[in-house]
Amino acid sequence: MVSTDFLAITPEIAVAVLALLLVAVALLLPQGARKGLVPLNVFGLLGILAYTVYDFFFGKMGPVFRGMYYHDQFADFFKILFLTAAILVILSSREYIGKWPAYRGNFYALLTAAILGMMIMASSADLLTFYVGLELMTITFYILVGYLPHDGRSSEAGIKYLVLGASSSAILLYGISFIYGLTGSTQLSGIGAQLGSSLTPPIILATVFLLAGLGFKISLVPFHMWAPDIYEGAPTPVTAFLAVASKAAAFAAVIRIYLVTLEHQSFVQTGVALLLILAALTMIVGNLVAIPQKNIKRLLAFSSIAQAGYLMVGVIAESVAGVKGVLFYAMIYVFANMGAFAVATYVGQAQGSDEIRDYAGLARRSPLAAAVMTASVLSLAGIPPLAGFVGKFYLFSAVIHQGYTWIAYVGFVMSMVSVYYYLSVVKVMYLGEGADLPDIPVHGAAKFTMVFTMLITLFIGLYPTPLAQMAISAATSLVK
Amino acid sequence: MFTEMHSLYEWAWVIPALPFLSFLLIAFVTKRSKGLSAAVSILAILCAFGLAIAIAVGVIGSGSEIVKHPVITSINWLDISGLKLNFGTVVDPLSTMMLFVVGLVASMVQIYSVGYMHGDRGWSRYFAYQSLFAMSMLGLVIATNLLELFIFWELVGLCSYLLIGFWYHKVSAREAAKKAFMTTRVGDFGLLLGILFLYGKYGTLDFVHLAALMNGTAQGFALAGGVGYITLTAFLLFVGPIGKSGQFPLHVWLPDAMEGPTPVSALIHAATMVVAGVFLVARIYFIFQHAAPGALEFVAGLGAFTAIFAATIAIAQDDIKRILAYSTLSQLGYMMFALGVGSLTASMFHLMTHAFFKALMFLGAGSVIHALHEKQNIWDMGGLWKKMPITGTTFAIGVLAISGIPPFAGFWSKDEILSAALQNGHPIIYAVGLFTAFLTAFYMGRLFFVAFMGPEKKENHPHESPYWMTVPLIVLAFFSTVGGLVALPYHNFAYYVRNYVSVNGVVSLEAFAHEGMAWGLAGISVLFGLAGLVLAYMTYVTETIKAEAVAARFPGVYKLLKNKYYIDEIYLWLIHNIMDGVGKVLYWFDIHIIDGVINGLALVTRGGAGGLRRVHTGQLQTYALVFFLAVVVVFLAYTMGTGQVSALNPLAMLGGVK
Repeated sequence: MVSTDFLAITPEIAVAVLALLLVAVALLLPQGARKGLVPLNVFGLLGILAYTVYDFFFGKMGPVFRGMYYHDQFADFFKILFLTAAILVILSSREYIGKWPAYRGNFYALLTAAILGMMIMASSADLLTFYVGLELMTITFYILVGYLPHDGRSSEAGIKYLVLGASSSAILLYGISFIYGLTGSTQLSGIGAQLGSSLTPPIILATVFLLAGLGFKISLVPFHMWAPDIYEGAPTPVTAFLAVASKAAAFAAVIRIYLVTLEHQSFVQTGVALLLILAALTMIVGNLVAIPQKNIKRLLAFSSIAQAGYLMVGVIAESVAGVKGVLFYAMIYVFANMGAFAVATYVGQAQGSDEIRDYAGLARRSPLAAAVMTASVLSLAGIPPLAGFVGKFYLFSAVIHQGYTWIAYVGFVMSMVSVYYYLSVVKVMYLGEGADLPDIPVHGAAKFTMVFTMLITLFIGLYPTPLAQMAISAATSLVK
Repeated sequence: MFTEMHSLYEWAWVIPALPFLSFLLIAFVTKRSKGLSAAVSILAILCAFGLAIAIAVGVIGSGSEIVKHPVITSINWLDISGLKLNFGTVVDPLSTMMLFVVGLVASMVQIYSVGYMHGDRGWSRYFAYQSLFAMSMLGLVIATNLLELFIFWELVGLCSYLLIGFWYHKVSAREAAKKAFMTTRVGDFGLLLGILFLYGKYGTLDFVHLAALMNGTAQGFALAGGVGYITLTAFLLFVGPIGKSGQFPLHVWLPDAMEGPTPVSALIHAATMVVAGVFLVARIYFIFQHAAPGALEFVAGLGAFTAIFAATIAIAQDDIKRILAYSTLSQLGYMMFALGVGSLTASMFHLMTHAFFKALMFLGAGSVIHALHEKQNIWDMGGLWKKMPITGTTFAIGVLAISGIPPFAGFWSKDEILSAALQNGHPIIYAVGLFTAFLTAFYMGRLFFVAFMGPEKKENHPHESPYWMTVPLIVLAFFSTVGGLVALPYHNFAYYVRNYVSVNGVVSLEAFAHEGMAWGLAGISVLFGLAGLVLAYMTYVTETIKAEAVAARFPGVYKLLKNKYYIDEIYLWLIHNIMDGVGKVLYWFDIHIIDGVINGLALVTRGGAGGLRRVHTGQLQTYALVFFLAVVVVFLAYTMGTGQVSALNPLAMLGGVK
């Protein structure tokens, strides 16, 4: 039994080994010979990704470690997502990180450790396991966000993230302790059975605390205040990983906890209304505040807040279709966002500036980067035939099916608003002059990332069925 | 035979995939090497053509089995609530015939282009477009549903645009490309509306499902006024073919499209793309059958009108390619009215033979233009037969074929259309068709006698074209000669080519059986054809009849024909006076009303954004404060919402009582 349990967490073990190996290799290698770290990391992750994909389709599923850990397609789907995002981040940031004088090895090791934390979050069947995964991820990110020691903004962002993240963790842990006190269990299934149908003040308090802790991670308004500053200050690859993978991991946990635990109690009426309002607020605030932004990372930060609102809509739909929508959207969100961030990383390191006005004339100076950025933001805006359109369609049709039509309208209107600020970036790139700015030829791994994300975004938009089918089987493995 | 070949039919998607691959290869890899680009393109289309032949052999061997059970291979493309779309291929006699025709003409044209486009700067681009076009057209004919067909339909339109404007440095080419694109867009809009109408009513666009649904509910519809709906849909759908197949009044783009390279005219604007409209009507023939009888009568009437209308214009034209273009319009009208009078077989048959001989004549014209260094006026030519024996002889075969002289291909198909018109009770259309046949023979004879047999011009030094160009001519001439023989009873073309859905869902082989050769009627049409040729001979060779004298006697008619009935001028007037006026009104509305509202909204939104942004101060304390405040507010809202005000009492909290 134990051996099969350990077999089920092969990807986690492999990621942990890879992280430690990276630390060791980075120490053993001489200063000049550290180029091998990127291939080691990428190919290691690719191998694990291949195994996880195999596991998704053919693995033997079921809870392991006495019900503390889920081994199901839902978790596997998210693991595929984290690994893909990590590989893309590493590939796109090679030039960026190559400019750093030292500590490179640690960067990759930390990134890999963060993946481990996310994987545990996606699989955990127990609030404490979940918390351990969450902290592993978050503490790693504290370091990563403040990774540039001579950059004041990076350090500031690191400190801010540490203080605010710690507060939110405290609230979350407080909520978990309430739950344990009320039900005598930390396992999701046990909690669900114990809570019953009545709603008491302590349960409300615990629920709100859990919501606040998780809402912080997915940058749900009004727990989102940290996001723009941290996104702007952090090194761009870290921002990308934070915006994509960390958010997806938190969503995995939200879906598990929300669907498994809270549907047992009379949460439904008011709780759903409250969540709907928060989701609507998230969409509105994220999209509106994105409009006046002048920094590309800050713009993408607010855009990612808005995207969390769309994803929340799918969670609230509380059905296979809704979860499928969330999974589908989360996956295409990886490619669209990684495309945008790959361009931001590359242009940022080439020009030393992340201001949108410095993107002027990028279409002439670097046609590929401009095209990828355009495709990515249009996908985020949900313009067909790009993948974002199908994703939004799944999310909103799921929630309309549940009868919450008004939230879908909010989503439509806000998507239209988002087109405005996305296109204003495109406008600068294609119509701006940028005469005194340098040409930026794109090559190497960054070029691969850009082209790859753009092609995937286009392909899924044109032929969404395979990914949709994966998302459906993952969703059905969760919502029985 | 049927079961053995089944797995082959499932590979039909490879046929369009090959040219697409070559398009990608040329565009991304070989574009710098001229030889490689042409080789890739020709190899791909030849392989596709080979596969098409293999499928054709299989289909002929399968007999009636494939008529009853067309082989449909499809994958799910989109499946979102309310919209389920497949993408696939269908192999049935109709699509097989089209695959063969398109594959043949496309390969011949591409081989021919090696000679014709020699030394052109846009060589690789040309072959890339050719491959893209071949992909789109081959995909169009094996589409399983209307949306798939529509996608390819638009793609061939795009390729047509790109190839008409291939020499984009010429203003006339650019203008012609735009004209072609926009005129056909008018038709496409109607087609798209028709598709949406169909989807709205039936929830599927699949040909087979649609046919089954319509057959199943035929009775119910008549009661619920469904016939009106289907008739409207049929009319809307027919607007697409009007544009694409150059039926009156959307025919104006086709003659101008001759600005493109001549092989393009042969492939796209004579043999394949322009017949897509006819093909579409054949594919959705069951819709017309379920519509009110007026729909098919409209198709027949418009087709017959276009046939005679274009034929009269062709008489007065001097540009060799324009004569052929009007002739194409006229022949497309023929195919259309064949469908209208109820003979799908005859229409498809004529589509096939016309593709052979019209492609042949266009390529022949290209050979002449090539030899005379871009001279296109037939009066500048003369005596070419002697100097260019292969071009001249093959062109003569084309002329005989289109004039309906036995045993050439056109005779069989034209006769079948005419006898179908008469036997299905359309004597007026029969008469129009017969007179058009006479006119056709006359203007083709005029073209041939003036250009090939008239007195030689000193300033011309024509020489026979290279083998790259003459071999395709010979191949097409061969098909123009023997292509009609499949109509003989023991080949029985009709047995194979028909719509897989026949009347009322019952596939009966007799229903589409061959009209049979009506030898009496055939004799009459041969006489008319011969009369046309003889008249042309007397006018332009022996000059027994003076053409100038005739033109001088009817100056009005001549001017009218010469100026193509002033249709272009009428359109121009309409655009200048009506459209521009409406446009100005709408522009005012757009600027002042719509933009005003939008700008107002945008102002409000931006104001809101500015206010919200101020919350993000960058102060850590503020962020922490907002976070904890939010926890409290959400908690309060939640308790208020559930009516648990007691939660506000700390004692109740501490007790944790239920």
